[in-house]
Amino acid sequence: MLLFSFFKTLVDHEVKVELKNGIELTGTLKSVDQFLNLKLDNISSNNNEKYPHLSSVRNMFIRGSTVRYVHLKKSMVDTNLLQDATRRELMSERK
Amino acid sequence: MSDTPLDLLKLNLDERVYVKLRDARELVGTLQAFDSHCNIVLSDSKETIYELVEGDLKTTERFSEMIFVRGGLVALVTTPEDE
Repeated sequence: MLLFSFFKTLVDHEVKVELKNGIELTGTLKSVDQFLNLKLDNISSNNNEKYPHLSSVRNMFIRGSTVRYVHLKKSMVDTNLLQDATRRELMSERK
Repeated sequence: MSDTPLDLLKLNLDERVYVKLRDARELVGTLQAFDSHCNIVLSDSKETIYELVEGDLKTTERFSEMIFVRGGLVALVTTPEDE
């Protein structure tokens, strides 16, 4: 649930999603669920020459399991809060 | 109160870690968050990709100021060699 909550705080921010097949998509994160499936809006594909069929796609659903990385900006993240939340999550799972 | 493997990882929060991934990739970065799926968030990370191009080893480096890594790709997490 920790990373789910984390991604919810990133909604309406611009993120770069890199898929396991190498496709990179930059767009506005519109929603996220418990599987870390993502919905992106205002997408610009970073590899149009390699994947021209993506150039006209503006929004999409991304299955969470196909994601390799999500690149973020430091300014979007409160690192102290995130580290504390990680420690707390670990404690709560111990029950 | 037994220590689980993930409790060990907790000691590395806010420290530099080395993460080995599938597909001959590795990351070095500052550990900011992780969960029981081994989903990981790193800051100031350096990714190294190893590829064979016509029999020669090619390494590519990429930097990211904040990166989320899907847990399914993670093979191991340890402390880095000197950067």
